[in-house]
Amino acid sequence: MLTAILALGALALVFGLLLGFAAVRFKVEGDPLVEKIDALLPQTQCGQCGFPGCRPYATAIAKGEADINQCPPGGQTTIVALADLLGRDPKPLNPENGQEKVEKTVAIIREDICIGCTLCIQACPVDAILGAPKQMHTVIEKECTGCELCVAPCPVECIDMIPVKEDIGSWKWKAPPAPATRPRAESDA
Amino acid sequence: MSTRPLFSFFGGVHPPMHKDVSTGQPIDVMPLAERYILPLHQNIGQPAKPVVSVGERVLKGQRIGHAEGYVSVALHAPTSGTIADIGAYPVPHPSGLSDNCIVMTADGADEWTECVALPDYENINPSHLRNIVREAGIVGLGGAGFPSFIKLNPGTHKKIDTLIMNGIECEPYITCDDMLMRERAAEIVAGIRIIRHALQANRVLIAIEDNKPQAIKSIEEAIRGESAMEVVACPTRYPQGSEKQLVEALTGKEIPSEALPLHVGIVVHNVGTAAAVYRAIMLGEPLTSRIITVTGGGVAQPRNVEARIGTVIEDILAHCGGPTAETRKLIMGGPMMGFALHSDRAPVVKTTNCLLAATAEEIPDRGPALPCIRCGACSDACPARLLPQQLFWYAQAKDLDKIQEYNLFDCIECGCCAYVCPSNIPLVHYYRFAKTEIWAREREKEKAELARQRFDFRQTRLEREKAERAARHKKKRDELHSEEPSAAPATETKKAAILAAMERAKKKKDAPRITPANTEALTPQQQQMIEEVEQRRRQSRPNPEQQSAASNGDK
Ligand code: SF4
Ligand code: SF4
Ligand code: SF4
Repeated sequence: MLTAILALGALALVFGLLLGFAAVRFKVEGDPLVEKIDALLPQTQCGQCGFPGCRPYATAIAKGEADINQCPPGGQTTIVALADLLGRDPKPLNPENGQEKVEKTVAIIREDICIGCTLCIQACPVDAILGAPKQMHTVIEKECTGCELCVAPCPVECIDMIPVKEDIGSWKWKAPPAPATRPRAESDA
Repeated sequence: MSTRPLFSFFGGVHPPMHKDVSTGQPIDVMPLAERYILPLHQNIGQPAKPVVSVGERVLKGQRIGHAEGYVSVALHAPTSGTIADIGAYPVPHPSGLSDNCIVMTADGADEWTECVALPDYENINPSHLRNIVREAGIVGLGGAGFPSFIKLNPGTHKKIDTLIMNGIECEPYITCDDMLMRERAAEIVAGIRIIRHALQANRVLIAIEDNKPQAIKSIEEAIRGESAMEVVACPTRYPQGSEKQLVEALTGKEIPSEALPLHVGIVVHNVGTAAAVYRAIMLGEPLTSRIITVTGGGVAQPRNVEARIGTVIEDILAHCGGPTAETRKLIMGGPMMGFALHSDRAPVVKTTNCLLAATAEEIPDRGPALPCIRCGACSDACPARLLPQQLFWYAQAKDLDKIQEYNLFDCIECGCCAYVCPSNIPLVHYYRFAKTEIWAREREKEKAELARQRFDFRQTRLEREKAERAARHKKKRDELHSEEPSAAPATETKKAAILAAMERAKKKKDAPRITPANTEALTPQQQQMIEEVEQRRRQSRPNPEQQSAASNGDK
């Protein structure tokens, strides 16, 4: 009995030391929490959360300076994922930050109206707009995140947000209607 | 000789077959239509790229789409005529959406382009042979549409022991392979010989379910005298025609998740594909038509037709006396694995094996789904040895990580689980839903990653620009008070400027603060020398920025 206790105790000690050593020896550099939070954010870079991009918001959450319900493009899905990660309770999106966006959109510049002022280029957080001063501008659709930041600065209002078209490659099967929650016992009876 | 297989596959069901609906008449060749619509994406992998322009005249069999990327095949004109349009048209797809198509108008001459036959294929380099099959646009005609030339490649080290020719056709209603085997056994066997040669396979097993006695007989006659070629009559059970299940049934070898039959020295081809390979090599004809079963109570004369790829479904139905007033649903493929078509304006494609115009009795409404009672019938029926009720559970909860742990992607969407489910749960629909959700999530992730990179890139660019601007302003400001240093001897200034530049370059290179290894553990003398040098350097160059600015100003 005593030997068993001793043996197990010794084992526990050895593994404890091993784990402790491993934790120090193989410590990950940088702030993994910010990385993890950033990985959950939609990367729209729209600034609606009150920070100049997703990463700054992630940093603020990690520091405890911002709540988890401030990202409208991510919506409830992101909030739940963040709550999961941080071990908190999910909460509804803060209406001060905006409405959850259900439909994906991209910006499109009506090229015949564009005066080439470059204001939209300066606003785009991901450099998805192509153009030079006094040249017509255009949006690289693949890179546009749909953040809408370019719409307001345009002096001639030639930028529209249009819904992303569904094609065969991006089409998804819709979820089947949920089965009845309970066998129809009452109606059978 | 016809033998029964010694093995069997796991699970499976016995749905009513309804095969005789469409086997009463011989294969009927569809007359020439006025218009053909050819979707560019007809195979697994990348779509073909158009190589013709609107208004151009093309001949039958002329290549109109070029294989783009490795997993892709060419596309050909089904008749002679002019290219009427290239653009979005309805295609046969569960979404009902349109996709890029080449539309052509037939000129009625049906004039062939020049065909180069290669009857001497045994002396041709196998890689050249594969390329011909690729250029002939051949994909697996069993239904999946995987480019066949890839499956003619035995790989670098694998020895192919068995070539399995799939003539199982286990899905209810479909009889196109059956009719092809009955009527064109010689073409099939000629094609098998070519495939076998390309793979250098030891033996060939031609698997046919025992509900097709005529097909078995005609293939047996055609292989008389062939060495190591054998017809295997398999007891009928769905989904025996699925690749992994067929290998299991014939050889007892279970193919692990994510592996291919090739990994156990086996390759499976469909019998229809063999006939197409025969035409491509021996006659030089690319794939421009296929046999399609037109069946169900919704057509007056159900039968098999040989239709050109690109024929509009409406034309085919009309040719077979349909759709009748009873038609409730139009399905491409069979009742188990097929999908409902949104429109009969879409064309048939290389993978269209069956058009099922079903009446209300044929596709009975199974009533609303009830809760899962955990009876386990679905897992007993699942030929992929999955746990369908768990998959259903996680699909419903949209738990896309968990569902992959339960090997969602091993599901072949055979529908056995839904077929046996006493609660009428549309299980396969859930799995299709979960699969497309997972793909969408992957795409989203890629896009987010791109946005993250571009955002970071822009951030660094803005910072750099800011720093550059600041430096420029400082330079301008300094220039105004920079008479003094420029008075220093010119060579001196130049040297200092070079030194400063080198210093800056070095700093940039060592940016993540890496200290040079040779500055550690110095002797006191060395340390002193360094200090002296540093001292001199400081004296000669009170402010590097100023100096370089001044020297630039000199020029
Ligand atoms: S609100 Fe916009 S910037 Fe903020 S985390 Fe969400 S997507 Fe990123
Ligand atoms: S889970 Fe997939 S493979 Fe298994 S029976 Fe259902 S549909 Fe077929
Ligand atoms: S067969 Fe239907 S009811 Fe039975 S366990 Fe499977 S999903 Fe549930």
